[in-house]
Amino acid sequence: MLLKQTMLTAALALALCGPAVAQSTGPGDPEAVDEDDGRYYDADGLPTFNIAEDGTVDFPTYSGFRRYHAECHVCHGPDGLGSTYAPSLVQSVRQKSYETFVEVVVNGREHVDSGNRNVMPAFGTNPNVMCYLDDIYTYLRARAQGDLPRGRPANTEPKSDTFSDMENACMG
Amino acid sequence: MRKLMLRSACLLSATALVTTTALANDKLVEMQENASDWVMQTGNYANWRWSELDQINKDNVGELQVAWTMSTGVLRGHEGGPLVIGDMMYFTTPFPNNVFAVDLSDEHIIKWKYEPQQDPNVIGVMCCDTVNRGVTFAPGEGDRPDIILLQQADTTVVALNAETGEVVWEAVNGDPAKGETATMAPIVVKDKVMVGISGGEYGVQGHLTAYDLNTGEQAWRAYSTGPDDQILFDPENTTHLGEPVGADSSIKTWEGDQWQLGGGTTWGWFSYDPELDLIYYGSGNPGTWNPSQRPGDNRWSMTIFARNPDDGMAKWVYQMTPHDEWDYDGVNEMILADLEIDGQTRKTLVHPDRNGFSYTLDRETGELLVAEKFDPAVNWATEVVMDPSSDQHGRPQVVEEFSTAANGEDVNTTGICPAALGTKDQQPSAFSPKTKLFYIPTNHVCMDYEPFRVSYTAGQPYVGATLSMYPAPDSHGGMGNFIAWDAAVGEIKWSLPERFSVWSGALATAGDVVFYGTLEGYLKAVDAETGDELYRFKTPSGIIGNVTTYEHGDKQYVAVFSGVGGWAGIGLAAGLTDPTAGLGAVGGYASLKNYTDLGGQLTVFALPDRVTSGQ
Repeated sequence: MLLKQTMLTAALALALCGPAVAQSTGPGDPEAVDEDDGRYYDADGLPTFNIAEDGTVDFPTYSGFRRYHAECHVCHGPDGLGSTYAPSLVQSVRQKSYETFVEVVVNGREHVDSGNRNVMPAFGTNPNVMCYLDDIYTYLRARAQGDLPRGRPANTEPKSDTFSDMENACMG
Repeated sequence: MRKLMLRSACLLSATALVTTTALANDKLVEMQENASDWVMQTGNYANWRWSELDQINKDNVGELQVAWTMSTGVLRGHEGGPLVIGDMMYFTTPFPNNVFAVDLSDEHIIKWKYEPQQDPNVIGVMCCDTVNRGVTFAPGEGDRPDIILLQQADTTVVALNAETGEVVWEAVNGDPAKGETATMAPIVVKDKVMVGISGGEYGVQGHLTAYDLNTGEQAWRAYSTGPDDQILFDPENTTHLGEPVGADSSIKTWEGDQWQLGGGTTWGWFSYDPELDLIYYGSGNPGTWNPSQRPGDNRWSMTIFARNPDDGMAKWVYQMTPHDEWDYDGVNEMILADLEIDGQTRKTLVHPDRNGFSYTLDRETGELLVAEKFDPAVNWATEVVMDPSSDQHGRPQVVEEFSTAANGEDVNTTGICPAALGTKDQQPSAFSPKTKLFYIPTNHVCMDYEPFRVSYTAGQPYVGATLSMYPAPDSHGGMGNFIAWDAAVGEIKWSLPERFSVWSGALATAGDVVFYGTLEGYLKAVDAETGDELYRFKTPSGIIGNVTTYEHGDKQYVAVFSGVGGWAGIGLAAGLTDPTAGLGAVGGYASLKNYTDLGGQLTVFALPDRVTSGQ
């Protein structure tokens, strides 16, 4: 529970402070330079994916695949590719910063005028999204980079104890 | 509730009400028999989507032309279709649910337009596009004018004066903050209007609610899950397959108070039998899509209900998919037809379900007569047990390999047919009393489904499964079929392969023609006997609306919405992948976005004068 609150608070803090400085620039080189119990980070310290030469995908990215297709795909279409209803997140993740991604998922976004009726709901209170926010991000980042094909990753690294502990604490 | 109606309507004496009731009912029954009009979305109370008009017939339909067109001003999934009453056409758009009244006798001018004010936040809690399946007409009675009823996305039910577009009354049917939204077309029965609720992916407790046509006051509400006084069941007299359901029939099939998040939403098509005085409708998926989190049969999700329209009490029910593991909502149309079965004419209800079985039941008693697959690809169950003496009577025999509950959480169950889209979704079928066939728009899509743990938060998605969909393997490669179904025996008479799911409602006519739309945007006409294609025209956007016909000025017209979207548009826009093709070979199937883009248009067809004047 404590972890969950910490996570939500961190996300909210990011949401409130982040977007003013970080607009419309995508993340840098996604290459993983650091690993912490199965979770990978790029040179800027941002969560990223790691796909081994034999195609084995890191567990958080696989988790992101699962959560994306439970929470996001009903609007944004399969594999992050967009639909008649909502834009392609594979595109968005290329163009937006990590902070903007977090801000939009937490707080939602509204674009309603005479020609547009797009509303992204706020997921800040939804543990099914917030507990897996970095997972969903790295999944979309892998899709955006073109390193991860459509569909379910064939091989996945095992789930780490740290991941399980975090998940249990966050989902309550 | 905001009431703008004259108080006098409430002051009618009890006797007067009884008389009024009978008259209003008769008037709508009478009006639906006038083939010039199209007075309800489903064509008639029996959900036939059938017209006696035959000016357009199988010999001349090839000469059909576009007569007039109209933009709706909204670029979203356009389900449903227009109503026609005399010189007036009425229709609604997807969110913001603008309602148009178009004068067919005066250059199609917009006589009035109603623009509801809704909080756009509701868009974010609509699972599968901001569709709306249409407005409903109620004939005037006493002080009450003719009215057009709309259930807005935010669940506000609004009654509009058909002449002026002024609001007569409004009622709030649900709470979008809890994920309750609205997409369905209301039905008017006697002195009430009945409305359902959407939000099956948000853990809502589904319900059907009746409002007084004169005042908008709630008359009764019947939940799909919960204690007997909430679901309006009589333990002794409400039956399931002929047996009394007994006390607490719903709550004893749920663990703890999970029935409160029990789903069973009611967003499909309703029918009514005036003679038996029963309304029929179905309920959707139970709670989360992760079956391991909700043990039990989860009654009465996935159920066909027959209820008394006056007080809502259930006469009989039939649960098609106990303990759903695949999202096979039971909300599809309930078509009432008298069919010859085993040499006897039976008053039947025919329901082609999402789960891939088409059910034929006795609509008076709820007796199960036929349950057969209407797509040979269906594999999640071998059969539905028909033997009344079996303890499995009426239950689908689930194949373990395709059971997402048996395989459990965090296991990807592969090769399940049909996909969650169902062998068909809400897109309504048509019935021809001439051929006695049912014309069913179908999906031909299978899936992999992996359930996992999910937490409930009010107003947030409550799904807990990931799935990938793909065209049915070892078949024609397309994602749909349009079929003719013999519901008396449960057999496909003919089947037309389609590139995409057929997400458009069908229309059958006395001209021996059946019409339907396709996701690429074609309006197609086929021979009612053989299925031979007789005509096609590509409209500006994909068709997920329902084909309608009417007559005006001695001419028969066929009308349909274009405007791709809905669940089909979300799932198919980017194309489907074939997981069996191996890594790197994915993406080989057609992308809908290569065929069409967003739109919002009504296209109306007719025969040229030289053809009609020659008749």
